[in-house]
Amino acid sequence: MPKDTGIGASTKRREDIRFLTGKGVYTDDLSLFGQAHAVMVRSTVAHGRIVSIDTSEAAGMPGVLAVFTGEDFKEVGGNPAGWFIKSRNGEPMREPKRPVLAHGKVRHVGDAYACVVAETYAQAKDAAQVLADAAVIEELPAIIDMKAAAADASNRVHDEIPDNICFDWGWIEDNRAAVDAAMKAAPHVVTLELTNNRLVPNAMEPRASIGEYFPGTGDYKLTTTSQNPHLTRLLICAFVMGIPENKLQVVAPDVGGGFGSKIYHYGEEAVVLAAARKLGRPVRWTAERTESFLSDAHGRDHVTKIELGCTKEGDILAIRTETLANVGAYLSNFSTATPTFLHGTLMAGPYKVPHVYVNVKTIFTNTAPVDAYRGAGRPEATYSIERVIDKMCRELNLDPFEVRRRNLLTPDQFPYTTPVGLVYDTGNYQATLDKAIELGDVAGFEARRAESAKRGKLRGMGLSTWIEACGIAPSHLVGVLGSRVGLYDAATVRVNATGTISVMTGAHSHGQGHETVFPQIVAEKLGIPESSVEIVHGDTAKIPFGMGSYGSRSLAVAGSAMDRAIDKIIAKGKKIAAHMLEAAEGDITFADGKFSVAGTDKAKSFGEIAFSAYVPHNYPLETLEPGLEETAFYDPGNFTYPAGAYICEVEVDPDTGKVDVVSFTAADDFGNVMNPMIVEGQVHGGVGQGIGQALCENTSYDENGQLLTGSFMDYAMPRADDVPFYTVDHSCATPCTHNPLGVKGCGEAGAIGSPPAVVNAVIDALHRGGITHVTHIDMPVSPNRVWQAING
Amino acid sequence: MTKVTMTVNGTPVSAEAEGRTLLVNFLREGLGLTGTHVGCDTSQCGACVVHVDGKAVKSCTVFAMDVAGSDVRTIEGMANADGSLGVVQQAFQDHHGLQCGFCTPGMVMSSAALLAENPRPTESEIRHYLEGNICRCTGYHNIVKAVLAASGQDAGAMAAE
Repeated sequence: MPKDTGIGASTKRREDIRFLTGKGVYTDDLSLFGQAHAVMVRSTVAHGRIVSIDTSEAAGMPGVLAVFTGEDFKEVGGNPAGWFIKSRNGEPMREPKRPVLAHGKVRHVGDAYACVVAETYAQAKDAAQVLADAAVIEELPAIIDMKAAAADASNRVHDEIPDNICFDWGWIEDNRAAVDAAMKAAPHVVTLELTNNRLVPNAMEPRASIGEYFPGTGDYKLTTTSQNPHLTRLLICAFVMGIPENKLQVVAPDVGGGFGSKIYHYGEEAVVLAAARKLGRPVRWTAERTESFLSDAHGRDHVTKIELGCTKEGDILAIRTETLANVGAYLSNFSTATPTFLHGTLMAGPYKVPHVYVNVKTIFTNTAPVDAYRGAGRPEATYSIERVIDKMCRELNLDPFEVRRRNLLTPDQFPYTTPVGLVYDTGNYQATLDKAIELGDVAGFEARRAESAKRGKLRGMGLSTWIEACGIAPSHLVGVLGSRVGLYDAATVRVNATGTISVMTGAHSHGQGHETVFPQIVAEKLGIPESSVEIVHGDTAKIPFGMGSYGSRSLAVAGSAMDRAIDKIIAKGKKIAAHMLEAAEGDITFADGKFSVAGTDKAKSFGEIAFSAYVPHNYPLETLEPGLEETAFYDPGNFTYPAGAYICEVEVDPDTGKVDVVSFTAADDFGNVMNPMIVEGQVHGGVGQGIGQALCENTSYDENGQLLTGSFMDYAMPRADDVPFYTVDHSCATPCTHNPLGVKGCGEAGAIGSPPAVVNAVIDALHRGGITHVTHIDMPVSPNRVWQAING
Repeated sequence: MTKVTMTVNGTPVSAEAEGRTLLVNFLREGLGLTGTHVGCDTSQCGACVVHVDGKAVKSCTVFAMDVAGSDVRTIEGMANADGSLGVVQQAFQDHHGLQCGFCTPGMVMSSAALLAENPRPTESEIRHYLEGNICRCTGYHNIVKAVLAASGQDAGAMAAE
């Protein structure tokens, strides 16, 4: 019987009630007394020198309260990259300053160089247009193509960086010669060049920020669309504006999706704070959707050559990659970690590959910054590996299922140290593969293919067996590798006098359902109803500290911190119970919400202990402080390693090139599952995004750096009629060995494993249909591209 | 500025509006009904869908003045009289048809409009009808299931788990 409460129950989400009745409070829903409206003035050219900005006419327009340009922020700090990378030759990465507002030069279409604040939004918008017309910006040649950018030293995104290269990274450089030798000795080498298409995250809620300043105390408050308010506070205070951390409160209220794009600190947040201080009034800014397209951090955008050395039987001997990764015009906060330690370290996949070498050159271009987007580096690694294995199977006439099976690590090999620096703690990759084969009814494929053929459609099946590293940690290791932050998380568990509980967590929920799932764990551990537990998140004034939610880390890291804090509560409760029950502390046990003296019927309920902690009339005051509140910081011992097997079936219309995903099966190992309903929902969403990347999404800049896909009319988001029902399973669980909940994380899986399954299915469909000259089609496999490939 | 009067969620209301004021801004800023969201500005995403005289309308594409005198229903008016969730809302909760909640008001309003027109839609009809509402979180699986369930069909049997 499925449980109906606690760990493992599909508890319905409590947050849904407010979202379903229009009572959610997103940043733009707030209306503050005296608020003024900010509108950003953004570059319409990709690359230009700012000659002059005459603000006088705009400043004199009706309702205009203030005008800001880059000049106003030139003395403050830049928005930094959070991860330091060294090039292969030992040189440090190039880190150009990322100003609050562009100063001297504009470097991408949408680069904000001024801001107008007015009484009304319409007034600010009108004045912003006048200011834009008065600005003189000398257009320079745009640097868009990565290969050209690296080859032309005369044209520079940043004047001080001659070759537009941020760094040239090798992983692991010391292994390169051995990998080269293994590749040379391999009986067969498969080579594939591919592009991992640039995506716009497109959370449905556009970014928005409200700055407030309280002159009486000198305090600031920023309400903003953030996945990690503490990180935003740290960046603003320590790096950009120099506000003491104790003087800035950052609140991320209901946030309408993030997918990575709301991890980062953006200049608009600093502008509204500066404007609020100058005016003594709240100042609000909300992005229009096109501003989001132009200025949110984008994702992916890798061009990769991957080589795979193997035996004729399909045993993988070596993998070697060369990647150009676009970082755009400025380094966003995680932009240097994403193509390196979140990508190169995954290039062995779930396979026993003895030799792996990864080279990544990151290139500055006159495009929006590129950073982590759902999966972040791991989808790029998975796509390269799973596509090249598929090509190997075709070249050597091998069965893709059997080739995976013979290369997958086996359960007896854990813990397993990969040749790219990770230690996989546990897994059973054969089990998820078998489960996917069963649920995907691989045996019945031929009959389905024949049925499709009767309708003139080419049916194909694609497989992907994938692994990821989540809950990035531990801090001392990531510090050695260049991270400039720790990657622990924190929780305070506050037992109120009446026995209800408030949990202040460093994780931030922007769709993941923490408000429901975290209480399930607390309730299970303390033997109290879920409804007695409340989760507090998203406010630096209420929460001890936290690194926020991204990288599928919420449960594995912040959930583990909460678990540790609960253990401290139980330990203190035992001391209180021992006193009240006149027993030795060592004789007290805690189960089902009761502290009992072992072997007797003497017991105190959790509520009685809580009450006693706050009304300590019968309490060991000489040895124990009153109150029942505990904080834990948890720094994981390792990454977690979710893995799975995905099977996609497509139908290709050979006349039009249109691809329909007709079925999708995902068998995953997420370790222990706290709420199956929510885990399945996370996989659905990730798979939906992965199908979007594979089938329709693409970010396109023309040669002048104009964004051709700057609205939902031009950027093809997957819609309800582009996707099928998915079959998902998480029963093949091998619990994580090093966190107390045994969880691995599930947020990114779908987006990591699905794109290669879709593309492999399309190539399979074409080959089964006799179109054997097509060995690869870059994503998105749009009708145009598929038709061109068929007829090319 | 002109005073615009209409009925919203059964209550007659009036507020000042300019000629260029969009219905969504009239609802959000004029009436404080912030459940209706703006997700795109180009009538693509559907987060702003409301009912005007019973029809699903993207409120970012309609001037408030053009619907003066109309009967407008928003997400705030979808619950039952006793405050409990309405049928479509309840189906969305039961089937986990929402995550971040931002597209949800538009999804609920579009789904309700579909069911008013077509009380027992097929999976394909649901997907086609919701083509004008973008969700980035759910991959649409549980939204489609919720609509099937709201129409009284056995969603579990129709959608693989």
